[in-house]
Amino acid sequence: MRQLTRRSILAAVPAALALKAYPARAKEYGPGVTDTEIKIGNTVPYSGPASSYGTIGKAQTAYYKMLNEKGGINGRKVNFISYDDAYTPPKTVEQARKLVEQDEVLLIESPLGTPTNSAIWQYMNQKKVPQLFVATGATKWNDPEHHPWTMGWQPNYQSEGHVYAAYILQNKPDGKIGMLYQNDDFGKDYLKGLKDGLGDKAAKMIINEGPYETTDPTVDSQIVGMKAAGCDVFVNTGIPKFAAQAIRKAAEIDWKPLHILSSVGNSVGAALKPAGLENAKGIISDFYLKDPTDPAWKDDQGFKDWLAFMTKYYPDGDKTDVGNVVGYSLAQTMTQTLTQCGDNLTRANVMKEAANLKDFVLPMVLPGIKLNTTPKDFAPIKQVQMAKFSGERWELFGSLLNGAPS
Amino acid sequence: MELLLHQVMAGLATGAIYACMALAVVMIYQAIDHLNFAQGEMAMFSTFIAWQLMVWGLPYWLAFILTVAVSFIGGVLIERVLFRPIHNAPILSNLVAFIALFSILNSGAGYIWDFTIKTFPTPFGTKPLFAGALIDGHEAGMIGVTLGMLGLLYLFFRGTRLGLAMRAAAANPESARLVGIRVGWMTALGWGMAASIGAVAGMLIAPVVFLEPNMMLGGLLYGFAGAVLGGLTSPAGAVAGGFAVGVIENVAGTFIPYFGRELKLTIALVLIVAVLMFRPSGLFGRREVSRV
Amino acid sequence: MTAQPEKAAVMPVATPALRPRLAVRHLVLGGAIVIALVLPFVAKSFVIFQLTQVMIYGLAILGLNILTGFNGQFSLGHSAFYGFGAYTAAILMHRYGVPYYLTLPAAGATCFVIGFLFGLPALRLQNLYLALATFALAIAVPQILKFQPLEAWTGGVQGLVVDQPDPPPFLPIDTDQWLYYLTLTVVLILCGAAWNLVHSRTGRAIMAIRDNPIAASAMGINASLYKSLTFGVSALYTGVAGALGALAVAFVAPDSFNLLLSVSLLVGLVIGGVGSIPGCLFGGLFVLYVPNIAESISTGLAGAIYGIILLIVIFVMPQGAAGFVRLCLGRLPRLRQVQTGSGGGKP
Repeated sequence: MRQLTRRSILAAVPAALALKAYPARAKEYGPGVTDTEIKIGNTVPYSGPASSYGTIGKAQTAYYKMLNEKGGINGRKVNFISYDDAYTPPKTVEQARKLVEQDEVLLIESPLGTPTNSAIWQYMNQKKVPQLFVATGATKWNDPEHHPWTMGWQPNYQSEGHVYAAYILQNKPDGKIGMLYQNDDFGKDYLKGLKDGLGDKAAKMIINEGPYETTDPTVDSQIVGMKAAGCDVFVNTGIPKFAAQAIRKAAEIDWKPLHILSSVGNSVGAALKPAGLENAKGIISDFYLKDPTDPAWKDDQGFKDWLAFMTKYYPDGDKTDVGNVVGYSLAQTMTQTLTQCGDNLTRANVMKEAANLKDFVLPMVLPGIKLNTTPKDFAPIKQVQMAKFSGERWELFGSLLNGAPS
Repeated sequence: MELLLHQVMAGLATGAIYACMALAVVMIYQAIDHLNFAQGEMAMFSTFIAWQLMVWGLPYWLAFILTVAVSFIGGVLIERVLFRPIHNAPILSNLVAFIALFSILNSGAGYIWDFTIKTFPTPFGTKPLFAGALIDGHEAGMIGVTLGMLGLLYLFFRGTRLGLAMRAAAANPESARLVGIRVGWMTALGWGMAASIGAVAGMLIAPVVFLEPNMMLGGLLYGFAGAVLGGLTSPAGAVAGGFAVGVIENVAGTFIPYFGRELKLTIALVLIVAVLMFRPSGLFGRREVSRV
Repeated sequence: MTAQPEKAAVMPVATPALRPRLAVRHLVLGGAIVIALVLPFVAKSFVIFQLTQVMIYGLAILGLNILTGFNGQFSLGHSAFYGFGAYTAAILMHRYGVPYYLTLPAAGATCFVIGFLFGLPALRLQNLYLALATFALAIAVPQILKFQPLEAWTGGVQGLVVDQPDPPPFLPIDTDQWLYYLTLTVVLILCGAAWNLVHSRTGRAIMAIRDNPIAASAMGINASLYKSLTFGVSALYTGVAGALGALAVAFVAPDSFNLLLSVSLLVGLVIGGVGSIPGCLFGGLFVLYVPNIAESISTGLAGAIYGIILLIVIFVMPQGAAGFVRLCLGRLPRLRQVQTGSGGGKP
């Protein structure tokens, strides 16, 4: 927190100076803004099968509660209105319209999911309401030319796929790849990224594709199939539950490929511990956030602040759930953007400032990764770093990597 | 060939999950003449209770027995409190009540215990059964316990007066009442037993799929399919149906080129429906004959 | 549209005692239509959107009701027909530039054919076995929509964006209002058609099959044909609802049409009243608004509160809203003797 507050002040100073220089432009407000309040909308699944992601919305709500106690943003309290969309696109449209037309929010922050965001994509851009820092890693959110009111946040899945491809080409150029992925947008994005990254060699190298459905009880069959097919590289892009099953099954049947685990399923607490830490030894993965269950961050100031926040403002929250780190970081990014806006809180200016993040550092993002946006670049976090699991903690190695320019 | 063997074994292992669920589904069907859509969530909730007891320091078997007992009481209570008052309402209203129960248990478990996955211990160990074996101790144990439960149920229903009374109450409530069977309590007892079987199933499945509020969703869907395939009137058929679904799904997913991988679930279901075309009461079910 | 209620009033050969009740029904129906016509000019546009959705769900529930309520066949697969309808509309508009008003009959026709064909093998299955077959359909459809070789049409996992229809230039209304009126028109036409179907010879045959299939066959009703036809008509209704849904939401994606949607429709059916046409709209209201109410009480326990509300409703009105209204009417002494004569649509 300390880190952020210091930065907020620093950022607020030039804004205040700017206001002095142009007194005529002082205090321009869009919908949902008054002298004392900024209204922000949000949709996440609190019910239904994807309700495990609901914690991201709760963490954001808790963050704004803390922020408001500390004085809000430039003296304005944030009124964060978060609705349940049950992860169904029609419901997302309904809730987004309720936020925009009835609650009259200034903007919608981090709606969660690719199909849900796709459903409101057109609406938000027609209405010219910012749809900022969407909580999904599809590539299409970085499209300022055609969708100037929508902005992504996390590294996109395809560029992660590129990173894995580059690693495989370097370390196992003749590898036979088996890939486990969820049969939906995010799984297929990883697959596409990997294929693009491997280029001409993709068809030859990827010999076994193992999609799973979220309703599958286990992915044992896919893992058994990959071993039998003779794969010696395993790209595991499952969500924590399936990632953990795959790690455990591979160890059980004594299959020891070069195992690459995606950032979706690499939490020590949520995936590796259940799978058995000894089974996970040697796995390669990539990160952009600090894993709250990784002992490596035990003494890190950013982590300690997060922990204090969780304890005080979201005591029911699960401290091993990386969703709470995502929510916290999303809210901080929004806070920074709105702080930069100063007293000019129109929708257009919010977009302008969102596209004007300069080397912004988030306390729970890996050291060295900075958020940068420009009017032509709507992808705030682009970098990831690879790490290897020591059997106890992730050990980062190599430099920060950019996925392919998207 | 080796791949086929592997997939069949993997299918049997997942099939054991379905068989467990299918058995619980058929049990309650026998007792109340309805399919309980909340069965999986009841099992999940029971498993969380066991987990909580173990977190509080109880040894596995004590937690196991307590959970089975608590589930039994819970099942009876659910029947008495929720379903007794609407037992005369149309079937579809009962179905909606099941959906409500599903929603309450699922959301409640998420609220109390979070959504992150938890490990659940197994008493059978996860080492391969013997050197080179394709199934591990737990999978073998799961299959064994499922078959054991089946045997006990068979003895209970065929060999005891209470079992006979329960069957009578489900098959023909009116006549059963006339011969002095307390039909209401038989139904409640059926709920209790189904909840207990569900609890055992949950505790057997959790080590494989990890414990979390949505863990039974897939299992129940396939268990349901298995039960219907095997025949809802036959517990043994349901168990066989569960195993069959597991094997069909894996083998179809692996060996049907082009469509297989992405559509394996669809293919499995289409096969099941095709089988039902020729055996409309399931593979081992009795044909229901109704009197006009 | 307004012609329908008049026709409806004529249909049952009324005994004199029935007349006052029909007049009441007339008034209620007329009043409801007037309110429905005026609403878009007083409500906010997002409320209009919600009401459009209510009507769409109501229509989908009506489709299910034709099958379950009137013919006694059980379906967990209506999400599939809703999805087929939505995708038919989306693909025709997105890939082939077909005007939106043509996509509705196209979606209806497609779903009728699919439903009819599905009804043929389903003939051999009863009750839970039929439930399983339809359940298989509900599970299969999202997978098929995602299936890679079909991506050229379906857009795969990313879904398809649909352009919302512009209102005709001569009408001074916006897109939301236009969609509302379009939906209202379609719903009224199809409700009227359903009413006529139920009260026709065909309708009586369909219900006879529900009440006693063996006796119905003995009386010379071709049960197989009628059951398959009912399946087709049911799918048609739900498919048209799906197409309207695609227009209203302006987006389709495979996972919108999963088992959960089927379950919602089923809940709406039971809450509205099995075998009741106006009950379907109440079911639509429930499907759309109750999750919002549950969520406003507690976000963390939204699902549990939804379940509790559902239980309370079932406890209070085990026969659904339609049954509840009938019960209340039956208790009013003034109407009691009138009530005994009415057959309605309910067993």
